[in-house]
Amino acid sequence: MSQPPSSSDSLSVDEALLDVRNVAKHFGSQNVLKNISLQIASGEFLTLLGESGSGKTTLLRLIAGFEQPTSGEIWMSGVRLDTLPPYRRRVNTVFQQYALFPHLSVQENVAYGLHVTRVAKTEICARVHETLHMVKMQEFADARPAWLSGGQQQRVALARALVNRPQLLLLDEPLSALDANLRKQMQGELKSLQREIGITFLFVTHDQEEAMALSDRIALLRDGALEQIASPRDIYARPATAYVAQFVGQTNLLRAEICGGVATCGILRWPTHFIANGAALFSLRPEAIRLAPEDAAGTAAVRFRAVIRQQIFSGSSEQLEVDCAGLALRVRIPTLGALTGEHEFAFSPADAVLVRS
Amino acid sequence: MFLPMSSATHNARRAPLLGIYVLLVFAFLYLPIVILVLYSFNRDGVGGFPPRHFTSHWYAQLFTDGAIWDSVLNSLLVALGAVVLSLTLGLFAAMALDRADFPGKSIFRRLVLLPLILPGIITGLSLLMFAVLAGLQLSLLTVFLGHGTALISVATTELFAGLQKMDRAQEEASLDLGGTPWQTFWRITLPNLKLSLVAAGLLIFTLSMDEIAVTFFLIGRDNTLPLEIWARLRRGITPEINAISTLVFAVSVILILIWYQIRTRSIGKEVHELLERP
Amino acid sequence: MYSRAYKLIVSLPPLLWVGLFLFLPYALMLAHSFWLVRDGFIVHQWNLQNYAKLFQNPVYLTVLLRTMRIAASVTFLSLALGYPLAYYMSFHAGARKDLLYQLVIVPLWVSYLVRGYAWKTILGSEGVVNGFLQYLHVTNEPVSFFLYSPFAVVLMLTHIYTPFVFLPLYASLEHIPRNLIEASQDLGASPRSTFFRVILPLSLPGLLAGATFAFVLSLGDFLAPLLVGGPSSIMIANIVQSLFGTAFDWPLGASISVCILLLTIALLFLTERLEKRCSFR
Repeated sequence: MSQPPSSSDSLSVDEALLDVRNVAKHFGSQNVLKNISLQIASGEFLTLLGESGSGKTTLLRLIAGFEQPTSGEIWMSGVRLDTLPPYRRRVNTVFQQYALFPHLSVQENVAYGLHVTRVAKTEICARVHETLHMVKMQEFADARPAWLSGGQQQRVALARALVNRPQLLLLDEPLSALDANLRKQMQGELKSLQREIGITFLFVTHDQEEAMALSDRIALLRDGALEQIASPRDIYARPATAYVAQFVGQTNLLRAEICGGVATCGILRWPTHFIANGAALFSLRPEAIRLAPEDAAGTAAVRFRAVIRQQIFSGSSEQLEVDCAGLALRVRIPTLGALTGEHEFAFSPADAVLVRS
Repeated sequence: MFLPMSSATHNARRAPLLGIYVLLVFAFLYLPIVILVLYSFNRDGVGGFPPRHFTSHWYAQLFTDGAIWDSVLNSLLVALGAVVLSLTLGLFAAMALDRADFPGKSIFRRLVLLPLILPGIITGLSLLMFAVLAGLQLSLLTVFLGHGTALISVATTELFAGLQKMDRAQEEASLDLGGTPWQTFWRITLPNLKLSLVAAGLLIFTLSMDEIAVTFFLIGRDNTLPLEIWARLRRGITPEINAISTLVFAVSVILILIWYQIRTRSIGKEVHELLERP
Repeated sequence: MYSRAYKLIVSLPPLLWVGLFLFLPYALMLAHSFWLVRDGFIVHQWNLQNYAKLFQNPVYLTVLLRTMRIAASVTFLSLALGYPLAYYMSFHAGARKDLLYQLVIVPLWVSYLVRGYAWKTILGSEGVVNGFLQYLHVTNEPVSFFLYSPFAVVLMLTHIYTPFVFLPLYASLEHIPRNLIEASQDLGASPRSTFFRVILPLSLPGLLAGATFAFVLSLGDFLAPLLVGGPSSIMIANIVQSLFGTAFDWPLGASISVCILLLTIALLFLTERLEKRCSFR
């Protein structure tokens, strides 16, 4: 598998801000990144999504300049990037543990990049003030990082990177150390911030919900290779592989046999556009299956009966584990109340997406 | 000193100029010792260059020198005593600092650490005054008391660090399961400190064997090894001193390397398990 | 978790011992500095004459200044040798870090006397350096100023205290999170800039600890001058030593000791304050 399926948004090389060309990275005998190529558009919010060990952080570090690619090249705005040391790249990083300088105040931390690149003192003052205001930390200008909470430190780290007006901002799982509520809040703020200032964000996370909430596009990495790159809606509705279908959201993987335009899996049969005969794998999202009304008939929906084995309540919806003649399925329906026994379910054939294994 | 960097900060980067400087520093640190060892085998003693005539004559002479070996014995007695005294009191002190709060705690902490930073002459003279006040005759006993007291700081520091690293939940579990505080101390706390105790003990032993400044003012008729060497140095240089110095060096090196291995827990698996198993 | 009885049992022995064998002796030293010597006996008459003598008699001031000069030289040289060493080991040594660390601490624990004696043999007129120079025909006669001079004292003490300075410095440098260095470079600072803006400030606590150690211990050293120093290298601790020896004036000697004690405490206090400012807490 070399190039991922171009699901509707591969960029032409001219539009791209960042161009990663066939980059591979070995650490000794460990092959951490295997021939990755992708482009990031200017002003885009792209997320690198993957489990730990998928290589997403390594890729980020290659772009930041803390590692060198074993092979391949990285270009930014038509200039070769990977041969430059980190302090000469127009790229800034928000570190996972914030990496704020403990011996400097918040203000001095934020001003650091400007001091070091010899920006005029008057300009430094104005920009620092403006950026602190942007992240709502202007009251803490003279505080020391050690006195701040995790969320506050995170904002300072963000300000410190943004004040330099980089062409590309790298964010290495910046929200992973925050608790759930604060995380949701920060996600919203980050998204609107990015929209407002228009800087290109490259965001790394292992949390697929976070990725879907924030990104313009998601690049899913698996074992050092690019599994799929697409917008959140596309990646959710049309996963390319079983792995993507299972990693992003939940799904039922149906092993079916296609014969003459009809897919059969157990007692389920549905029409499919895919004409090649033989074994195939389909992804069917739990929320695509609904309780069929008793008397409806004649719709194109695929109906089947199944026994409810388990019901898990989760507030606004319920998850049902059902047994359809030996086939275990997961169904998600809006909250109804306790259900037992055998019921009729239905789904639209279009919701059964063919995936590669 | 700084070369343009193009790769990761966690990889060892080349810095040749700095590397050469470091080499020179190491040369400076080791040169005197190398020369000492070299010349202890030199027939003509410590004079001249280059050394000629390899001989082990001085070592032979050393082995028949009774006074030296008496002083070695004295030093060993004092050192072993100091280890016991310092470790015991140091353990109490470390636990007090770790677990108890009392008025004057910060003063106590600083007082315990004072002999470490204060020039030995001051501690030595202070203890001398105390000995005079208490009517003690200067002897190996006073030396022993001096070493034991001054080296409490070493034990306290090491054991305190060990206590801080320890998992409190283990002690809580012991109490929860019905163990008394005394049992908990013997069965859980102390075994957890095995490594720290051994490391501290080795260090105290080595420091005591080499101690001069404090010993200088507390010594009686019987000399410790450093003071015996010192007395001879005042009379003039003999290559025999090279020989004994080389031996002292060799033993110190072995002890310190053992100490380091224990400290970094890279010692052989069996001994490691012996020390680790409660 | 710990009962009152437990805490009492644990605190009492060390408190008593330290109170008796440390606090009392130092207090005695302090007391003696306010007493006098008359007719060969120590008289317990409280006064400030000893301290007055220290300031009035130019000899003491001269020796003190010389001692401070020597101590300062030793400290400076130890740092000049020790800092690059620690820096190299922390940031450039990679896998050999462990081995190098052991190589540094070995000389540290080799007997003070052994090392002093080694320098004596090296620098002496019959010694290795002279022999070497004559062997190369650089000189024809032994050069005498190597030994029995302040130079020799500084050299010997630098040799002794460089590893002492190295230890806390190395610990400090190792404590610096590497992501701070990456952050600094990410923000545009070159390695040189990163050193002066991030590494050096954050290594200050260790640097001060080591420097204080070297300075104070050099200040109070009396053995080095006796081994390798000459009459022109008498240091303040030698004066104290003779006052407690042949020149029998314990009170005066005590007053000098108290001054050294106060200086030490002041330096420690200062270092502690600075450490709080530069720490990570």
